[in-house]
This record gives sequence, structure tokens and C-alpha cells, in this order.
Amino acid sequence: MMLYVLCFILLLTGLYGLLISRNIIKIVISLTIVEISIFLMLILIGYIEGGLAPVIFQEEVLSHQAVVDPLPQTMVLTAIVIALATNSMILTMAIRLYKKYGTFDIQEINELKG
Amino acid sequence: MENPVLIFFIFLPFLAAFLIPLLNLFWDQAKTIVLPLVSFVLLLLALLIVINPPQSTQYIPGGWYPVDNIPVGIHLVGDGLSRFMLLLINSIAFLCAIYAIPYLRLFTGQKYFYTLFFLQLAGLNGVVLAGDMFNLFVFMEVTAKASYALVAFGVRKTEIEASFKYQVMGGLATLFMLFGIAMLYWMTSTLNMADISVVLRNDHAGNTGAIRFTQLFLLAGVAIKAAMIPFHAWLPDAHSSAPSPVSAMLSGVVIKVLGVYVILRLFINVFAPSEFLSMVIAVLGGISMTAGVILAIGAWNLKRLLAYHSISQMGYVLMGIGIGMGVVAGGGSPEAVALTFTGALFHMINHAVFKGLLFLTAGSIEYSTDNLDLKKMGGLARYMPLTMVASFAASMAIAGIPPFNGFFSKFAIIVAAIQGGYHFRAALGLLVGILTLASFVKFQRYAFFGRPMPRLSLKHTPLLMKASMITMAVLCVVMSLLIFPEARAIFLDPAVNTLLESTDYVIKQL
Repeated sequence: MMLYVLCFILLLTGLYGLLISRNIIKIVISLTIVEISIFLMLILIGYIEGGLAPVIFQEEVLSHQAVVDPLPQTMVLTAIVIALATNSMILTMAIRLYKKYGTFDIQEINELKG
Repeated sequence: MENPVLIFFIFLPFLAAFLIPLLNLFWDQAKTIVLPLVSFVLLLLALLIVINPPQSTQYIPGGWYPVDNIPVGIHLVGDGLSRFMLLLINSIAFLCAIYAIPYLRLFTGQKYFYTLFFLQLAGLNGVVLAGDMFNLFVFMEVTAKASYALVAFGVRKTEIEASFKYQVMGGLATLFMLFGIAMLYWMTSTLNMADISVVLRNDHAGNTGAIRFTQLFLLAGVAIKAAMIPFHAWLPDAHSSAPSPVSAMLSGVVIKVLGVYVILRLFINVFAPSEFLSMVIAVLGGISMTAGVILAIGAWNLKRLLAYHSISQMGYVLMGIGIGMGVVAGGGSPEAVALTFTGALFHMINHAVFKGLLFLTAGSIEYSTDNLDLKKMGGLARYMPLTMVASFAASMAIAGIPPFNGFFSKFAIIVAAIQGGYHFRAALGLLVGILTLASFVKFQRYAFFGRPMPRLSLKHTPLLMKASMITMAVLCVVMSLLIFPEARAIFLDPAVNTLLESTDYVIKQL
């Protein structure tokens, strides 16, 4: 249970960073922290204490010993690929913003008013 | 029993998206032919399955059939609601596509637009067809990624800034969704929506604290995507910075599919509607409806004004859905529930048409005069009569003046609110209708009438842009016919029935 709570604390840390940071790069980092906390939680959900890797040709697996759930692992792999796209795209925008405004401070990047 | 037509809604746009850059190497004009052609084929397919509904409502790619009635593969679900959404997406996408071809002359790097447009379309079709939670998440991300890039398409200062805001908010929204999905998987050990619904109903686990916690995370994610008022900050920037056909897609389709459709699917089909959630959704809707229109009155940038109205009109739809869920949870009569859901879905497609049209006319004004500031416009009626007629029809439709379509759907929602006993919400709906009218009278007055602008070197509006705007203006009037039961039975009733008989969804999919 402790691990789940730690994951949730990590998520809240990311959200906190997202709310208070003024630097664009720090915002991106906070978003990544939230991402990672959710990935960790997904892996934990599929984990079984003492479970084997879900590879079907192992003899232990065939003899019905406990195996960790492979579905969350594939989900996390997919989500990591998506996160790669998210991060590369958002960092591209950050570079472009820096070129246009000459600063990473969101309080100085305010041509648009919400 | 399978329906292989469904896979084409995802396969064709993906194919077109990645074929266009290749074809472009050999022939420069290929993109302008592939774009309308593929989107027209998709529109025809959507019309076909709506008018002539196939027996089977699902398709399982790769042949991963259920084992012992437990679904293992990816399911594409094309039930009444999905077919209805497919028609909405692909018709607006086709009209925006033919509008975009001449409009893109304003931009450099045109060839990238076509790929991004098709990626967005594939993502939207995928969201609507997804039968399991993780697929829903993946397609939401595909749509969102394409939308981020399309918002920043002009690569000016403001567009990059808007796109960055959109990415931070959108990224957070999908992460909330993923968290909710992880929680659901933890509790039910399945990802298939129908299966989740069965597990939740069988275990009587539908109302525990953990489920409610999950629902709130999912709702927060969807509310950011639908730009409900406390979460709306990205929408006016993103929708007003994008190129006009993209704004029409974003306002007309993307917020509906990623917002309203997901709410309907999750909170009515997957979870049983509860008193608590109906309250939250209706209140969010009511606040967005009122605050959106008040913010719109103060706006002077034309596209920003329209973007605030998107928030307000989506508030109407969500309030309708909230009231419907409240009536279901309170055990109201099926007729009352049907009326609210019909009103909400009807208003949703009406909004897609008239708000799409309004953004297209804004694009036409921008194309001709290179200006979007209402204070600097005036007297355009003389120079662009067709744009004026189109925008007049759309303005009257959004303000709810009969015989335009907006009147009937707003009327249905307000009547449903009164019948359900929610008199305050009905009064709020009327008040917002009046404020909307005021705001659009302002738009018409400043843009098309009044003192003409001094400079008169206007560019001529291209034919394809005109054709797209006329079609939508005609639709604004023709869609009023959906109030007749015969027309409703084809288009609206299958979708409403999916929502009414939420257990039926489960039986058909498993």
C-alpha cells in the first residue's frame, strides 16, 4: 500500500510544480513527473509479490506459478511512446517560444489573455 | 457477425495522412485532390451506415475474439451513438477540407497541413469507435497531438504561445484520464468498456468511494478537454489562433468528441448515472454557459468572441446531459429522459454546424481584409454579400431565432429542464439565449453594417470557400427538419436509444 501512496504523492508533487513554476522548462519537467507517477502506478497494479516475468515458455509459468500481469506493462510501453511524442513536441514549442520572446518566464509571455 | 466498414474510418485517414507526403514528391497537386476525395468517401461511408444501419455493431481487428465471453482483443464499436458521431465528424471535416484548400494560400508550409488534418480526423474517428478504455486514451492523444500542431500552424508569436498553453492543459487532461483508466483497471481487471460496466454492476461496486474518486479524475480530464469554465483558459487562445478551417474543426468537432462524447460514453454507458455526477455535470454546464457568454460580450477579436461562445454553447449541451442523468438517477419516465438527451445531442450537432460556419465566415473576412478586430471593421455587407448572408444565418441560429436549427434544440433543452423540475436552470438557459443574441447583434452591426471601412482593396473570396459556406448555411435551416419524428427516427433516435438503454450496450457488445 505504501508504494501506491508514494506514487500518489509523486503525482501531487508534479501537479504542485505545474501550478507554481514560472519557467517553461520547469513546467515541462513537472508534467513529466506526473506522467512518470502514473506509469509507476500502472506497473504496480500489475505486479504480484514474487511473480514471474510473463514469458510463456518458462516451465514455472506452464505449471501455473504466479505471473505478473503483462497488460499494464504493454499499456505503459504504449504510454511511454506517446509521452515521447508529447515531450518532444512541447519542448519544440518551448524552443520556438524562447526564440520569439527571448525568455522562459511565463509571466513575460503574455500576448494572449486566457 | 462483424462489420468491417468500421475499420475504414480509421484506416483511410491514416493511409491518406502518410500517403500525401509521398505522392507530393512526384506530383505537387496530389494533396489538393486526395484531401477532398478521401474526406468525401468517409462522409459517404458515414451516411451509409447511419441511413442503413448494419446488423452487427462491432468489428474486432486481427481476429482476437472473446475467450469464454471475456473480451481479449481490441473492439471497435459502431452503435447508434458512434454512428451519429461519425456522421457529424466526417461531414464537418469534409466541408472544412474543401474550404481549407484555397484558404491555405495565406500560409507557408502548406503540405504539412494535409497530413496533420488527416491525423486529426483519424484520431477523432478512433475515439468514437473505441470500445476499450486504453484505445480511447490512445486516440485522444492522436487527436490532441495533431490539434496542437495545427494550432501552431501559423508559427507567429501568439500561435506558439496558444499552442503551448493548449499542450500543457491537454497533456494534463490526458494524464488525468490515464490515471482514471489505471484505477478502473485495478478495480475491474478489464479494459473493455462493456465488460467494465458488467463488472461494476454485478459487484454492486458502482457507488463506493474508490469509484467516485476515479470518476472525479476522469471527469476532470474530460472537463479540461471540453473547456468547462474553471478549466477553460486554453480554449479562447487556441481556437482563435488556429487557421480558420482548423478553428472550425476544433470548435465544431474536437471539443464535442473529446468532451461530450466521452462524457456520454463513460458516465452513462460504463458507469450507471448517479445523482452526484449529474449534479456536478449540470452545475459545470450551467456555469460555463453563463460565464462563457459574459466573457464573449467583452471580446472584440472576432474569433475570440466565437471561441467564448463555444464554451457557452457547450455549457448548454452539458447542462442538458446533466439534467438527463439526474432524471435517470431519480427514476424519471423514459419520455422525459429521451427529450433531454435528444435536446442535448440535437444542440450538439447544431452547434457543430453553425459554429463551424461562423469560424469559416470569420476566416473569409480575414482572408479578404486581413483583419479580425471588430472595431476596425464596418460596411462589409456591400463587398462580401455572400459571407454576410452565411454569417447572418449562423448568428441567428446560435442566438436561437426560429426557423433556424438552434431555436429548436435550445427549446428542447429548456422544456426538458422545466419538466424535470429544474426551473432555475431553465431560466438561466433563457437568459443566456438573450445575451447570445445581444452579442451576435453586436458582431453583425460592427462587421457588416455601419460606417464602411476607408480602404477597399479587398481580395475576392475563392469559389471553394463560398461553396463550403453556402452548404453550411443551408444546413443551418434544413437541420430544423430534424424535429419531425420521421427525420429524427433516422438520425437522432438510434443515438438517444444507446443512451437510454445503457444495459443494451453491454448485451450487444459481449
